Amino acid sequence: MAEFRMPSLGADMVSGRLVEWFKQPGDTVARGDLIAEVDTDKGAIEIEVWTSGIVERLLVEPGTKVPVGTVLAIIREGVVTEPTATAPPPAPAVRIRASPLARKLAAELGVDLASVKGSGPGGEVVRQDVEALRGGAGPRQPPAEAEERSVRLRRAIAAAMVRSKREIPHYYLATTVDVGPVMEWLRVANLSRPPAERLLPSAVFLKAVGLALREFPDLNAWWEGDRAVRRPDVHIGVAISIRNGGLVTPALHRVDRRTLAEVMHGLQDLVARAREGGLRSSELTDATVTVTNLGERGVDAVTPVIYPPQVAIVGFGRIVERPWVVQGKVLVRPVVTATLAADHRASDGHLGGLFLARIERLLEEPEKL
Amino acid sequence: MTREEIHAGVLECLESVVPELDPKSLEESVPFREQLDMDSMDALNFVVALDERLGVAVAESDYSKIATLESCVDYLVAALAVTEKRP
Repeated sequence: MAEFRMPSLGADMVSGRLVEWFKQPGDTVARGDLIAEVDTDKGAIEIEVWTSGIVERLLVEPGTKVPVGTVLAIIREGVVTEPTATAPPPAPAVRIRASPLARKLAAELGVDLASVKGSGPGGEVVRQDVEALRGGAGPRQPPAEAEERSVRLRRAIAAAMVRSKREIPHYYLATTVDVGPVMEWLRVANLSRPPAERLLPSAVFLKAVGLALREFPDLNAWWEGDRAVRRPDVHIGVAISIRNGGLVTPALHRVDRRTLAEVMHGLQDLVARAREGGLRSSELTDATVTVTNLGERGVDAVTPVIYPPQVAIVGFGRIVERPWVVQGKVLVRPVVTATLAADHRASDGHLGGLFLARIERLLEEPEKL
Repeated sequence: MTREEIHAGVLECLESVVPELDPKSLEESVPFREQLDMDSMDALNFVVALDERLGVAVAESDYSKIATLESCVDYLVAALAVTEKRP
């Protein structure tokens, strides 16, 4: 028997409120399945289960707030991991892709989600779809609840940033990169793409960082106790601002192994879920590095703060046209300033400099990304 | 589609990207991105919404022409070949 507990989705999280069970006693679960939704400081999060087996008992009712570590369910392990020759595989539970807000609203209004056509990423049903069905804007989050959420989110950010600045000796490097090749490549690539499939420079930057990290594993690591431990995969935490204040940095998984179109689609999906609700527990806990793109807000360069236990964060400023010397001639080129803040306990500036230079070289040949 | 219908359609598309939008406080001739703190992903989602709801796929090279509510409606009116009817 395995115990499924309220997970910690950040060092600062002390409790969470169970919103909904996605599985019932008797259901089979496989490692990585979504089992429940939990309301936290970072919004409504879908929780994955890391045990395969059959749900034996659910111990906590939806609506209950419990401390981190509380046993929520009992899972009988291993039952489904042994495939049998005779028994057909259990039919996968049909779960409608819907954002938590959409699901909540649908329940309130008595709308069957299966009857709603989803307009979100991958056909996911989002709040607007449910609202459209009932004809009119639905009830927004009550102001007091939204305010409390934003206070709690601020507190979570404060805890992580204080810890970072207290414990991590940051060093900072910057390099300005000619992104003419990237912009031209994107312009041509997007000519033939319908709007929904167009690529943004952010996707190109993320892929370049992902590929560069593969060659600089010391920057793709977590600080554990007194040393940096390299992480096997490149999961990039993407800094996403939340409209009514605050920031979340959910992970885009295995960026280095995805195509550019996949990175773009993943990014769209992540931004939508960060704002609508519906991030997964793994996304909040397994980022191995962070990328922040404050250039979106018009700044030339960002000197970012590392998110513990990570040991590096990369920032991109805005893309801006500047006079630039190319082969002895002054030309007008679009440039971006890429910055690195890294943990001096885990690496030195020399390595950080080589890493930024590698990103610059990757951005010279966007067609190879 | 009349100019008024297109105007309403553009506001719907904006609201799908910026849920807290208050159409009354939106200034017609100030760029959306400044007024509504939209990033490039929001801007792209707005273009996707225009394509889905109004059937106009705005080319990237024309993004500067749809930066404000006023210019966006003008652009769509032309794109949909709607004759403006003014008293």
